[in-house]
Order: sequence, then C-alpha cells, then structure tokens
Amino acid sequence: MMGTRALPILTQNPASPARITQPSVPVSASGGHTEPMGFFTDTTVCIGCKACEVACKEWNQLPARGDGGAHLEMSGQSYDNTLRLSGDTWRHVKFIEQFPQPYEGRWLMMSDVCKHCVQAPCLEVCPTGAIIRTEFDTVVIQSDTCNGCRDCISACPFGVIDLNHVSGTAQKCTLCYDRISVGLEPACSKACPTDSIQFGPISELRQRAADRVVQLREQGEKGAYLYGADPKGPLGGLNAFFLLVDEPEVYGLPRDPKMPTRNLFRGSLWSTIGAVAMAVIGAVTLRARRMQDVTRTNSHEGE
Amino acid sequence: MQSDLPSTFFTAPPHFRWLIILYFFIGGISGGALLLAGLVRLFGRSEDRPFARLASYVALVGAVISAILLTVDLGVPVRFWHMVVQNNTGRLMFKGWSPMSVGVWGLMIFSFFALLAALGSLSEDDPSRWRPFRFLADTLIAFIVAIGGIITGLFLAGYTGVLLAVTNRPIWADSSWLGLVFLLSAISTSVAALLLLARWRRVEGPGTVAWLLGLDRIALILELLAIIIFLVSLGGAIHALLNGWGVLLILGVIVLGILIPLLIHRGRAVRNVALSAALVLVGGFLLRVVVLLSSEGIHVVGTQVIR
Repeated sequence: MMGTRALPILTQNPASPARITQPSVPVSASGGHTEPMGFFTDTTVCIGCKACEVACKEWNQLPARGDGGAHLEMSGQSYDNTLRLSGDTWRHVKFIEQFPQPYEGRWLMMSDVCKHCVQAPCLEVCPTGAIIRTEFDTVVIQSDTCNGCRDCISACPFGVIDLNHVSGTAQKCTLCYDRISVGLEPACSKACPTDSIQFGPISELRQRAADRVVQLREQGEKGAYLYGADPKGPLGGLNAFFLLVDEPEVYGLPRDPKMPTRNLFRGSLWSTIGAVAMAVIGAVTLRARRMQDVTRTNSHEGE
Repeated sequence: MQSDLPSTFFTAPPHFRWLIILYFFIGGISGGALLLAGLVRLFGRSEDRPFARLASYVALVGAVISAILLTVDLGVPVRFWHMVVQNNTGRLMFKGWSPMSVGVWGLMIFSFFALLAALGSLSEDDPSRWRPFRFLADTLIAFIVAIGGIITGLFLAGYTGVLLAVTNRPIWADSSWLGLVFLLSAISTSVAALLLLARWRRVEGPGTVAWLLGLDRIALILELLAIIIFLVSLGGAIHALLNGWGVLLILGVIVLGILIPLLIHRGRAVRNVALSAALVLVGGFLLRVVVLLSSEGIHVVGTQVIR
C-alpha cells in the first residue's frame, strides 16, 4: 500500500505557470520511504535573491561565516559576495556576469548545492562510515561520526564539501533530512520565490525538467539542457540536477565528473610492480654480494 | 578558457598541508627503513647487522611520529579511532577500496612489525636488558618479522601516492603514476636518511654503504623516469605546474634532489656521501611539497577557477 504525505504549497510550475502543485514525500504503509527524492534547479528563473542561502543557514543554524561573520569577505569582482559552498554555506547562488560590453550581456544565476550523486564519491571513500545514503536516496554526513579527515572533500567532483570550523567535521547539504523525514519540504526550495529550486520525487522532477527544456527551446533558448538528470550519465545521475543554458564550466561545474576510484586499480598496480621490483633488486644485490664473499673465500682456500 | 580545463579543476582543496606533507615524508622514510632492515636481515652479511638494527629503530620512531601527525591533522583528533571501529555499531571499520581506510590499517600493521623488529634489535644491542625479546632476532619469528616488515614497509612507502590519485583533485587524480613516484622517492629518501644516521651513529660498514649507494642510484634513476612518466600522463592538467611550482619541481626535486646526487654517486667519492644524501632528502621533501601545495592552491571562487 502506498500513500503520500501531501504538502500544499503555492509553487510555480514552469510548464504551467502560476498554479498550485503539491510536492509530496511518498511513503509506504509502514511509514518507510520508497522513492528517491531530490532537487531540480531551473537556473533560467533564478533571480539571485539568495533567499535559499538565508533559509538554509537559518534552518540549519549555520553562521554567516566560519569565524562568526567578524571578517566579511568580498569577492571584489562580482555582485556575488558569498563566493562558494563551504562547511557553513550549504547553498550558494552563483552569479555569472557575462558582459563583454558595458551595455551588452546577460546575467546567469544558479543556486548551487550538493548533488546527492546516485554513485556518491564522498560516500565511497569515507574511511569512518560517517557518510551514509538515506531512505530518500540522499547523501548525508553524520557529524557525530565524522572525524574531519577530509578525504571526502578531495573526492567530491563538484567542490561541495568543506570543513566546518566550528565542529571540525566535514559538512554539506543534508537535503533537509530532518524536514523531509517529517513530510516537510527542504528550507531552500520552500523559500525560493520563483520556484527555481523544486523539490520532489526524482522521476517526477525529471519529467517536469524535460518539459521545461522543450518549452524553453520552443521559445528560442536553443542552448537549454539538463545537467545531471540522466541516470545513465556520470555518477549514475544526480539527485540534485540543473537546467543550464551555457557550458557547464561557465557555471563552475565539471563537464565530466568521475568516481575517484577510477585510479585505484592502475595506481595500485604501478606501485605494486615498483615495490616488487625494488624488493627484488635489493635482495638480488645483497645476495650477489654474499655470493662474491663465498667465491672469494673459496678461492683463498684453493690457494 | 575555463572550458579547456580538466574536470578535476572544479573541485575544492582538502587542506592537506604541512602536517600531511611531513607525514608523507616521514612515513615514506619509515616504510623504506623497515624494507631495508628486512632485506639486510634476510640477505645481508653479519657486518650489515648494526645497520639493520638502526633501520628498525628509524622505522619505529617514524611510525610513532606518523601516527601523531595524522591524528593531530584530523578536524576532531579524539575521534581518530572512528577509522578503525564504527562508533555507532562497535564493528570494525574497513573499506578495501578507500586508500585512506586501507592506509590506517596498513600503518597499524606496519607499526606492529616495526615494534617487533625494534625489540629484536634491542635484544642484540643490549642483551642484558632486552634478553626476553631475543627470539625476535634469531628464530623463525625474526624471519617472519623481516618478511612482514618488507611488505608493510613497501605498502607505507607507496600507498600515500595512490591515496592522492584516488581523489578528484587536479594533478593528484589526473595521473595514476603518483603512487610509484612516491614509492621510489620513499626508498631513495630512506636510504639517504639511513646513510646520514649510520654515519652519525658510526655503524657504517664500507660494504653496507656501497650497497646502499648502489640501491639509491637505482631508486633515483627509476624515480626520475617515474616523474617524467607522471608529468607526461598529466595531459592538460600539466598547466597547473606551469608556474613557480613547476620551477621548484625541476630545480628542487629533479636537479637538486636527483641529478646532482647521481653525479656525486658517479664519482664514488666517499666524502660526498653525506652531501648527496642530504640533497636526496631535500629533493624528496620538495617533491611532496610541490605535489600537495600545487594542487591545494587550485580552487573555485564563484564560478572562476583560481590557479
């Protein structure tokens, strides 16, 4: 038996603007979750208000900066002054200012977040088991288990994770696990005033995103495409995927994100071959020296 | 053009800085030292035994320092044991596909063998005080300890490079040859460190020094080849080294740390052993500095990759 925990909120569905939709968290009769959940971020309707950043920080009680906001860091070259995702900024609205001429150009905005990869590199390498996959198919770092080894930071192909200097542990978006487990929508998508960030079951979001791409192309935005929506794509698809209108690198995203373990076999193989070779060389040269001693002794005895 | 950059450039640095650089350097020397101790015990002459004992002490001290460096470097050092035991279930924590997880276990097993080898050495150096451990120096167990020391020493010497390769960071993950480079560098630096210590402790037999110099020469030549292969295999990511780090790699690591020591070795002048050993140590340290910090400096601000 399946049921749904409905969340009646006013959202703007891009395929059918200004109507009421109901993001829902499907649950089984026993209360267990049954379907992957995630975000679809339509960057074409993002206005860069950063309401999602603020909502995320408020709900998760994150400081303005790691040092408590005492030192305000300014980018100096952009209207974006929160700069990057970090251990205390789990949502970040990127500003892409494409102005080749002073009065000619465009703004691209993108609310960036953990991609909750289906094949998550961070989860794969974590040596403490602190990073887990939840019943919603999202990826969460358990702060009471993490010891701050930072292996996950180097493994993440999107530069999402960083150390939280208050807790000393690696931290990132939890896709508001505490909210969605009780049927609430994540804080960022709830706060988004243009519905650029949409939350829901992945299958539903993928369909909605595909419809939106078709709509945009019909309207003349030929460059519209989905980044990370393909389950056969890199990392098995992303549970937080994006609609983009320019190259991934323009948004600061990797074109070809990969699993870190791609180098494990070959790296180990070359090292093992080198190790065996050096051990054999060491043993053979020592043995040869010993043999010379024996030969020398025998020749002396022969004389 | 940002679109020409490899995907690894769009990631965040893990803040692997001086403590990790020191660990990679000291851990490498420690691993190489136990390898040399094991080889000399199994295949060396009796005149080499004092050197094998010195090498086993260096391995143990290096293992202790390595464990301290790794623990202090954690964001929450008191949770170091979470690497070994799952804090919420009490079960053992091991991931065979995570080099960091394997490395923690490897370091522990290495430390165990280093301890046994050092106790066996103490029983030879000071029989009156350490007699109960004599069985670690002249029985079948000593043979097993030597074999275990060789295997775990080689592991400790090389896994750190594989650990870096199994990430998504520029330079580190753009090649699968870093493990081999670090392994060979660990062997050459451990030989260099032991040559200097053997001279200081006056346990250098002429035959031992000649063998060590020969082994060091081979390790340095292979290291040079491995570095060249590593650089070629970087492909487009080589751009990350077309700066001061690249200059330091060529002048500090290759010229100062490999080519000049090889030239000194060529002369076979014993008085220059200390100089060449010191240069090899400097080069080995700079190799780790260049590899770690050149990648650490690359990060994304907004949407721009900063190099």
